[in-house]
Amino acid sequence: MTAKLRGPGWYRAALFAVLGLAFAWVLVGVVRTAMHFDNTWDDGTAITTVALIAVPLFILVGLGCFDYWFYWAAGRPTRPEDHSSHGATSWRSYFRVNTDHKVIGIQYVCTSVFFLFVGGLIAMLMRAELAQPGMQFVDTATFNGLFSVHAALLIFLFVIPVFAGLANFVIPLMIGAPDMAFPRLNALSFWMLPLAGTMMLSSFLAPGGAFATGWTAYAPLSTDVPLGQLFFTVGVQLAGASSIATALNFLVTIITMRAPGMSFFRMPLLVWANFSTSLLVVIATPFIAASQFFVLLDRALGFQFFDAFVGAGRDGSVLMYQHVFWFYSHPAVYIMMLPGFGIISEVLSVKARKPIFGYRMMAFSLIAIVVLGFTVWAHHMFVSGMQSWVRIPMMITTAIIAVPTGIKIFSWLATLWRGVLHVDTPMLFGLGFLATFTLGGISGVMLAMIPFDIHVSDTYFIVAHIHYVLFGGSLFTIFAGIYYWFPKMTGRMYDERLGKLHFWATFIFFNLTFGPMHVIGIQGMPRRVADYADQFAAMNLAITIASFLLGLSMLVFLYNMVASWRGGPRAAANPWRAMTLEWQVSSPPPIFNFDNVPTVVGGPYEYGVPGAVHGIFQSPTEAVPAGAGASGPTSE
Amino acid sequence: MVIIGAIASAIGIALGLWINWFPADAAKQAAPIDTLYDVLMIVSVPIFVGVVTVILYSVWAFRMRPGQELQDGAPIHGNTRLEVVWTAIPAIILVSLSSYAYTVLRDIEKVHRNELVVKVTGEQFAWTYTYPQAGGKPISSTQLYLPEDRPVRFDIRSKDVIHDFWVPAFRMKIDAVPGITTHVRVTPTVRGTYQVVCAELCGLGHATMRSTAYVVTPTAFRAWLAKQGQPPAPANAGAGKPLGKADLAALGKTTFTGDAGCASCHTLADAGSTGTTGPDLDTVLKGKDDAFIRTSIVDPNAVIAKGYSANLMPQSFGQSLSKQQLDGLVAYLATVSK
Repeated sequence: MTAKLRGPGWYRAALFAVLGLAFAWVLVGVVRTAMHFDNTWDDGTAITTVALIAVPLFILVGLGCFDYWFYWAAGRPTRPEDHSSHGATSWRSYFRVNTDHKVIGIQYVCTSVFFLFVGGLIAMLMRAELAQPGMQFVDTATFNGLFSVHAALLIFLFVIPVFAGLANFVIPLMIGAPDMAFPRLNALSFWMLPLAGTMMLSSFLAPGGAFATGWTAYAPLSTDVPLGQLFFTVGVQLAGASSIATALNFLVTIITMRAPGMSFFRMPLLVWANFSTSLLVVIATPFIAASQFFVLLDRALGFQFFDAFVGAGRDGSVLMYQHVFWFYSHPAVYIMMLPGFGIISEVLSVKARKPIFGYRMMAFSLIAIVVLGFTVWAHHMFVSGMQSWVRIPMMITTAIIAVPTGIKIFSWLATLWRGVLHVDTPMLFGLGFLATFTLGGISGVMLAMIPFDIHVSDTYFIVAHIHYVLFGGSLFTIFAGIYYWFPKMTGRMYDERLGKLHFWATFIFFNLTFGPMHVIGIQGMPRRVADYADQFAAMNLAITIASFLLGLSMLVFLYNMVASWRGGPRAAANPWRAMTLEWQVSSPPPIFNFDNVPTVVGGPYEYGVPGAVHGIFQSPTEAVPAGAGASGPTSE
Repeated sequence: MVIIGAIASAIGIALGLWINWFPADAAKQAAPIDTLYDVLMIVSVPIFVGVVTVILYSVWAFRMRPGQELQDGAPIHGNTRLEVVWTAIPAIILVSLSSYAYTVLRDIEKVHRNELVVKVTGEQFAWTYTYPQAGGKPISSTQLYLPEDRPVRFDIRSKDVIHDFWVPAFRMKIDAVPGITTHVRVTPTVRGTYQVVCAELCGLGHATMRSTAYVVTPTAFRAWLAKQGQPPAPANAGAGKPLGKADLAALGKTTFTGDAGCASCHTLADAGSTGTTGPDLDTVLKGKDDAFIRTSIVDPNAVIAKGYSANLMPQSFGQSLSKQQLDGLVAYLATVSK
């Protein structure tokens, strides 16, 4: 028993969780005694505040995320780096700290899909309440908590990390690297996520209910509401720290660990996409951390960043919160979309058996989106009361950012042209994505137009737009990616028939759920309401029915994944006849990815070019000169 | 394919223009915004239909036929002319749309002379409208009365958190931000009754933070203002002799359903209200005395009903209600909750 408690793992984590709680209690008690405050040892709010920060850190230490660094810092012998912890030996391996990027990738994907289902169930509770006007199932406090937790989980615990998970598995393989640049940091990044998610979910147990201020947590409402809000404030810090660490890891990996011969313009577009995303994350994410630290300080220590009614000059600035928040949260929309663009480029090119159309423009438009993405944040604030001239430049940049996005859409369409289209599940999700995302992009341009935005801001039109972008956009690409790399990740094939059923059910009920929301939004139904005017009743009932069928379609996906992983037919190394490097190794890949370091001799998408090769498993000196058409991706 | 796309676009545009998507059109600002929407539809539909048509055509024309399992497509890497075209044309369209939207914005936010100024105050979870009177005491109401065809400037403030003042029929909205005064301009043009909605999440009662806007003739508006300007008749009477219990209760009922806005959050069978933001008064007031009821109105945090949290109910009723109204409310609630 002692050995179990001393060694890294769940027993020690449980022990450390208790220690963390004790630490919070003692720290608060000692400080309050020293300051002669009341309620010295039993101020629940103060203890919870400190515990929310301390307990996750203690658990991470208990799990063993910091062991190597502690040993090293203390000058004690570190465990020899024989990579004995690489690879998964059984399902239990996925519940331990592991430094193998393939294990971490699967841990990421499974964890975030878990939160996808939790978030989806929460959405269905909301839709049940909204089926009829008036209050039926939950009270307003719970309802506000439901939509807040729904958004927070799906943004911070699903879309952002699931992309990091897929990239974690695929990117090192794609660029011919044995692992990520910082495997231990990679493990730490992952283990922060389940803690952040658990924290946000457990806010339902807090006195006063879950955080109920939306995922935007606008101050001063968020500095005002009961304790549950802190579970979001601190949870976001954990998810954000995880996201920043992963992004740094991707940047270093992509810059320094590409196989010989893989120049930037021979990288697959998924690598480009994650490179761009990681740039966005490291620049933008500190801003949301800052905004939530301001809220934490306002709440815990009585700072007055956002309090316009106290202090000598009544000088809290309410609008500052929104500026800092959106300076992250607009780029975050691209953080949630660019990796999906990468996945679509892979899937469409391979499944159309054609080179990606306009490779260089595809890469440049990603970079253009990164740069422009930082110049549009205030379009979320057209009706916020900020100085009115700022709206004009923000409208123009918001409209212009549709140009690089349009380039990508048109290039994907041109990629389909004169191909040999394999219309299977990943391709269906890719094609479905093209249609729904185009619609989401168009409604985005409409929203950029200030006069129209003044009317539909904070209505269901916004709800419709964001779901066309994040569900019809990001989630469709995620499904495409999961089906596409499922054989590589698990070594098994998924069931194609169920996959197609999943696509059609999702595609149809997605449009029936979110399409009508455009209409009720324009008609004047505000978002984030538990109750609404009777005139919207029929439409809302229809939406609720469609949303339940949409929820059911997810069960097809779940069953397909679980059953195929357990007993699907064995997958070949390269079932899609793809050229990128991850398909040139066995399925699942060997523990150290490549037995020989591959050499890249051509572009990643040279389908249809006679004799073209992307990578070879020989040293550069032995490499045969590549075929004439394979010299560069843009040659005609 | 081009023909199919053109036909589908034409149908799409026709549907987009023919269906009236918007709520009632009751202000000068509505028409330019609705026209902007129509123009956006005319531009957007062909783009969307075009993308979908290319996808469907590709799936139909280029899908893998039996025997093509190992074939590849044409090795086309790009086409510079095409790429320049689909960069330049959308850029031109988007800049033109932005310029057009800018002129619409100038139009709907134009400053007029002879504006009627209405101060709007948002608080959890009610709106108050104040009409400044030259040389007199400003007139306050929880109902918004506006004269037809006169430009109005709303000066909007908040007492607690961010709210958003929105009349869908006017199309215009702006946040009520603590610490600053925001403005929005509207010229109501059609007489009628319209909903005022809070569009920014402001807490538990957000969904019920509604009030009503009445657009009336200028004569009716002046008459309404004059009536509001006079001290309410019962107060006059009260100066002389105290009101009878029945009169007080009647005044209380009007206050409950009207001015004070109690009905929007509380359920009370007698008043026919069904709000659920605050406690059900039929239950929680059963058997309570006048003093308890008065304290609960003036200092709502003194006793918190089970299942509800503190700071939910505004703590300003002690100031905003007249003594008469407060007495009336207490009398009314005491009577109906017996």
